[in-house]
Amino acid sequence: MCEYYCAFAGTNGKDMARALKDCDIKPRINIEEADGISFAVSCRHCREPLCVKGCITGALGMDGTVITIDKDRCVGCYTCITLCPYGAISASGDGAVQKCELCVSTSEGIPACVRGCPNGAIVYEERA
Amino acid sequence: MAVNFIYPEYEAARNYDRCIACRVCERQCANEAHEYLEDIGKMACDDTKCVNCHRCVALCPTRALKIVSSGNTYKENANWDSKTINELYKQAESGGVLLSSMGSPCGHPVYFDKILINASQVTNPSIDPLREPMETKVFLGAKPREIERGKNGELINNLPPMLCLSMPVMFSAMSYGSLSYNAHECLARAAQKLEICYNTGEGGLHENFYQYGANTIVQVASGRFGVHPQYLNSGAAIEIKMGQGAKPGIGGHLPGTKIIGDISRTRMIPEGSDAISPAPHHDIYSIEDLRQLVYSLKEATGYKKPIIVKIAAVHNVAAIASGIARSGADIIAIDGFRGGTGAAPTRTRDHVGIPIELALASVDQRLRDEGIRDDISIIAGGSIRSSADIIKAIALGADCVYIGTAALLALGCHLCRTCYSGKCNWGIATQEAKLVKRLNPEIGYTRLYNLLTAWRHEIKEMLGGMGINSIESLKGNRLMLRGVGLNEKELDVLGIKHAGDK
Repeated sequence: MCEYYCAFAGTNGKDMARALKDCDIKPRINIEEADGISFAVSCRHCREPLCVKGCITGALGMDGTVITIDKDRCVGCYTCITLCPYGAISASGDGAVQKCELCVSTSEGIPACVRGCPNGAIVYEERA
Repeated sequence: MAVNFIYPEYEAARNYDRCIACRVCERQCANEAHEYLEDIGKMACDDTKCVNCHRCVALCPTRALKIVSSGNTYKENANWDSKTINELYKQAESGGVLLSSMGSPCGHPVYFDKILINASQVTNPSIDPLREPMETKVFLGAKPREIERGKNGELINNLPPMLCLSMPVMFSAMSYGSLSYNAHECLARAAQKLEICYNTGEGGLHENFYQYGANTIVQVASGRFGVHPQYLNSGAAIEIKMGQGAKPGIGGHLPGTKIIGDISRTRMIPEGSDAISPAPHHDIYSIEDLRQLVYSLKEATGYKKPIIVKIAAVHNVAAIASGIARSGADIIAIDGFRGGTGAAPTRTRDHVGIPIELALASVDQRLRDEGIRDDISIIAGGSIRSSADIIKAIALGADCVYIGTAALLALGCHLCRTCYSGKCNWGIATQEAKLVKRLNPEIGYTRLYNLLTAWRHEIKEMLGGMGINSIESLKGNRLMLRGVGLNEKELDVLGIKHAGDK
């Protein structure tokens, strides 16, 4: 469900049914599953991010501790995708890459995946 | 099968305009009712597998799902209703005893709903619990008849062991095995934070939960599973289970498929073996025998723990309670016939026993008449649904109540009544790891805490309304109750007047 709430947050729509009806979603958080264990993979907002270092146009940057993507600058070279050790960056389908930005521009302070998790498995907290 | 006698009672109604085929319903349904049809890109539901647990409804992010009655009817018949007919068809097919879970859904009278609570007006002031202190603390156990003083006039502490609770509510016995590990953790942690007790049921105590011992009632039932000296000494009280409201006169049976890993170790029986609790305790055939077990348990725990004897509310409950009060037990728990269960024979659950309201009133009256009411405390259980039920139970003579179903509802139970399948989609009555983890103990225990905190507020409000500032002053105070729509005999048994009567 985090995947769907993530995709919905990306649409800025008001109604998930209208926003996501009949479309292939491209969430920035992905569930890996094996042996009955599921794990949500999204950007870990590394303190020394390889993706930012490797970005050839400066589209990836740090906004405080959050790694953000400026889609206007991204040229879709996918260097970051090959560099990210966690597989947290993906192609968005519109030329640029996409990644989790902790919903800084879309939601009211709490990422959509966190609000959408029914079991409190994804938490949003500051890590020293 | 070529002929299917039973049409599904409910169906999942899907609003295809809102369904985005995210497949959360499919992933969440342990009964595999939902399926994604690749070829047409749509979800479908096999209603024969749906148990109406509402997991999919609650998790559907677009509110595209709801469960509705299928509306299929047999020819209307006031005598042979569809439930009766379906049950008969099932038995004609299986040849087996019908099994059910949770409390009886039958329409027997709920006396709590026919009892109204008093309030103060003009001549006796009501109390505002937000401005004045209001005591909800209760002590369970035998109360000494006399104050004893030493040679110099100092008080001698002659109090037998007591259970001290911050409010007159405890979580009733639900075993580890019938409930998941996470559900037990929720109950234990909530009990600790609320300063009340939860009850292990007949499943022993998981080694990780000994830390909650001060808030644990350890149960000794007819199968004696998981009972050893450390277990007995770890709890705040010991409960001897003689009966259960949902199935008076019936034992228990946890199938071998559930006796795995920790559960087998906790119950102290081999993996895969059925845990069968006999209907009677094979060493108890009289009050004298019960007395022996009561004192054996007291001896084993150094006379430091109060002993509870739990019985189902049956026809001669008052006489039995009188015997129990003389057996040396400190507390008697009475479980009414609407009480819950993980699994019980349907006929027993729906037709055996009596309502808790009547049982409680008659036990309290009998013990008072015999002058032994203070020798024993009474816990009432068997479908306490709200704080109003608690107030009514206490005014009818209870010291405290047990809640089971209400606690499970707080954890997410939707009363689909298929606990016996072991596929609880809410992670409560299951041992499947992938289902158990759906119940996050952190969230679960908070919800239990919230529920009882809310009830505590309501209890204080209602007490204040009656002009009473302590729960102890309400105990057995039947003048605070009036009946509506009850006949003379019912009022007589309940010991209350009809509304409007002077």
